[in-house]
Amino acid sequence: MTTATQAASAARARASAGREAKILREHIVEIVSDSGEGAQKCGQTFGTVSAKMGNGVWTVEIIPAEIQPPARSPAGASGIRIRFASHAVTNMGDEADLVVAFNEQVLYSRIVNGAYREGTLVLLESKWRDDPVPEIREQYAKAVVELRENGLSVHELPIEQACLAIMSNPRRGKNMFVLGMLCYLYSRDLDRAKEEIAIAFKRKGAEVIGLNHQLFDAGHAFAAEQLDFRFAVAPQPPEALAGKRFIVTNGNQAVALGVMASGMELVSMYPITPATSASHYLADVYHQVGGFVHQAEDEIAAIGFAIGASYAGKTACTITSGPGLALKTEMLALAVMAEVPLVLVDVQRGGPSTGLPTKVEQGDLLAVLYGEPGDAPKVVLAAATIEECLLFVIMARRLAETFRTPVVLLTDANLATGVQPYPRPEPSAEWLAPPIDQSDWSEEVPPYNWDPRTGLSPRPIPGMPGGQYILTGLAHTCQSKVAYDSDSNQLSSEMRSRKLAALASTLKPPSVHGGEDGDLLLVGWGSTLGAIEEAVERARGEGLAVSSLHLRFLSPLEPGLKEIFARFRRIMTVEINYSDDPKAPLINADTRRYAQLAMLLRAQTLVDVDCWSVVYGHPLQPGMIHGVIRERLAAIDNAGDA
Amino acid sequence: MFGLKADWSHEVFDRYFTIGDYAGGEARWCPGCGDHAVLNAAQRVLRDEQQKPELSVCVSGIGCSSRMPHYMGTYGFHGLHGRALPVACGIKSRRPELDVWVATGDGDCFSIGTGHWIHAIRYNMNMVVMAFDNAIYGLTKAQTSPTTPTGFKTNTHPTGAIIAPHNPLTITLGITNASFVAQVVDWNPPLLYETLKAAYRHRGTSFVRIIQRCPVYSDKFIKELQGDPSRFLVLEHERGIALDESVPRQFPQRVRHDPSDLGRAFQIAADTSRLPLGLLYYNPAAPCYEDLSSQGADLTPRQRLAGLETVLDRLTI
Repeated sequence: MTTATQAASAARARASAGREAKILREHIVEIVSDSGEGAQKCGQTFGTVSAKMGNGVWTVEIIPAEIQPPARSPAGASGIRIRFASHAVTNMGDEADLVVAFNEQVLYSRIVNGAYREGTLVLLESKWRDDPVPEIREQYAKAVVELRENGLSVHELPIEQACLAIMSNPRRGKNMFVLGMLCYLYSRDLDRAKEEIAIAFKRKGAEVIGLNHQLFDAGHAFAAEQLDFRFAVAPQPPEALAGKRFIVTNGNQAVALGVMASGMELVSMYPITPATSASHYLADVYHQVGGFVHQAEDEIAAIGFAIGASYAGKTACTITSGPGLALKTEMLALAVMAEVPLVLVDVQRGGPSTGLPTKVEQGDLLAVLYGEPGDAPKVVLAAATIEECLLFVIMARRLAETFRTPVVLLTDANLATGVQPYPRPEPSAEWLAPPIDQSDWSEEVPPYNWDPRTGLSPRPIPGMPGGQYILTGLAHTCQSKVAYDSDSNQLSSEMRSRKLAALASTLKPPSVHGGEDGDLLLVGWGSTLGAIEEAVERARGEGLAVSSLHLRFLSPLEPGLKEIFARFRRIMTVEINYSDDPKAPLINADTRRYAQLAMLLRAQTLVDVDCWSVVYGHPLQPGMIHGVIRERLAAIDNAGDA
Repeated sequence: MFGLKADWSHEVFDRYFTIGDYAGGEARWCPGCGDHAVLNAAQRVLRDEQQKPELSVCVSGIGCSSRMPHYMGTYGFHGLHGRALPVACGIKSRRPELDVWVATGDGDCFSIGTGHWIHAIRYNMNMVVMAFDNAIYGLTKAQTSPTTPTGFKTNTHPTGAIIAPHNPLTITLGITNASFVAQVVDWNPPLLYETLKAAYRHRGTSFVRIIQRCPVYSDKFIKELQGDPSRFLVLEHERGIALDESVPRQFPQRVRHDPSDLGRAFQIAADTSRLPLGLLYYNPAAPCYEDLSSQGADLTPRQRLAGLETVLDRLTI
């Protein structure tokens, strides 16, 4: 930091010293803009600075489906939400406390989504008030009135005008100016913020970094001058951090890190939203661990290439989303049939068909479990946190090899774009795949030397003398000979299925969050963990006997569910996929279609598992779930009274 | 003395492989099927090259010809219809030392697997692609294939195939990075052998279209070809395929063709009145994708761990 800027920030510190910062436990901030105005970069930098200062942080991007949607349109809202707190944060939370809006139109889509509450502070770019186009002036004036009528606390600020003093094209620099404003408002560490700016623009050179530092300082001074409020969110207590080192990533980067830490050396993919950024990150760093990203000509070729690589050596990985998963179905079944280890990561998005490419859904569970014609048992895992996105890839590779099977890891768009700090993994050589075995294979040992109890068998790899066999997707004997006879098909089907039972026998029953028994048990899977547990805590705080349980293994299912379910009056899954509302027209016990995990649990446990699920395309919020808990408990009580 | 080199003893192999080492199950193709000849030629090439059977992988899709891996004594991968090439490329990606042969048919390669065919040629990974073309779907019983001649009666077009067939040669020659494009018939074993040997020795994707007899479903079409030598044109060149004396006896029409001349190769291929036999195009300098995809495969676990720590350090707060 130069002496001049030090003096400047000292002067600012004096200027704002008189303004007392209001101490908060947590705050939720949104920055919304047209696409391409850098709101996400601003928010990510703010999130990182807060994480480095010791706050619990969760950020989630607000992404329009188009790259350049029309400017000033509600559908084009692009932005980011940052929830940061003096405690660990596991989800996006409920309504935002403060929003910075680059125009008034983008706010409307957020209002429709229930993102704001009465009293939410809105820092609104005011330049539209004097726009040369009369319609824009009218829209702006009308919106400001409406926003205030809706209870929002609107502060109109000439942000762009202030930026113009520094640069001629504020569209490209306004985001760092806003970062400066936010860092003032939340009393952030300015040196850390500038360090982050330097990292964010390191590829653009010193001049660009300098300009952005200037914008940042100007934004900081502007906020001090224009705003009569200020906040502070204290860091988490040191014992919460337990002296650990943390890394900050989104879920897709975590998947990519998991791939590297697992020792897998090949990711074969085809571009698909919202999975692709995992491969972008890998393409940047994978060479450092000797890996390679293959961009295939299509989704089928992507998995075929990975299966070829796995067959000939180390387990390979393919990363996709729902539509890609559908295309990969036949290949996935081949990997099951021929027992080829493989890791398939499905970053779920809204479906069916092209659906909601940038938005979250947990709609692929049953497709992953049962999507293939015929019986195709495979291991299916679901990551519940960003950290698990990393760790579960490592586990997936090991399971794939041990059980000689494809393993599907489900994540979703919420995890993929959510960013948070989590403990830095301390990798060990054990995580990495050992070099492939090329020793002689005894010709007496068949290529599928199934252990009749577990279905497990060692795998010959090309290059092993004496191990030559012909892998086939046709029904086959333990010698991998094509066999159409009844006994061979029955036996090989049993052996492939038995492996899941063998894996299940090693699993522990899931732990229950909350009380060990009670009136209502919520069951979830995947990215909803944080929101469900926060809702449960809120409800328990009100004295309600509600608990939750979160599944990581979907195939095989974790053991002991029936016993756990027996301790609660009602069981209900909470999911982000479609189910019929029991009160909707024509819906009754015969017609009601259940959410996907609910179907699975009903079939597996014969317990009358209820469900609550929605497909709004956004992550579940603790407030919504809390409302559902209260409503369902009331219904149980009424039923009990009757 | 006796034509032996002084250091001949150094060339004695640890293991000497016979045809039997490359043979798997007994071939169950129909009697008179051209696939038998291709299998024999491939096994002979491997024997003559003394390739270790455990280092060779025969990959196929689905169809009559895709049964080939089952009849080989090497490793094999009999996968999905149309998808032999992505699997073959994946096998090669991190194990470039493995020797890969692909058996694919006209339905497998030119119809359901068309996209992979185009892109596998572009990747140009070192492998032999044997496109068995009998101009009919055999395994599913006589449906029109992309190379069925117009008017040829099939079960899906009982009054005759209604659209003009693909020309697999011009298509392949038109793909960026094509490096070896040849055509042979199954009924001249010396030419078939020499072509597969040249294909095997070429570093890159060697695409060999093999016009192949199906005595059950497309016999009439092939019989006409076999009975009319004027339908073929043998390509001669010192950088082309070595021609046994049986070749000109069977196919008297010959032309000198420099296989580095892509434009001329295209002209020859486009003239469907005379089917070229031999090497149409050859570019040994075309880059091979495995040179990129296998990078880093030699890193030690310690190096990988160090690389991972570096990546994590950059994300650590």
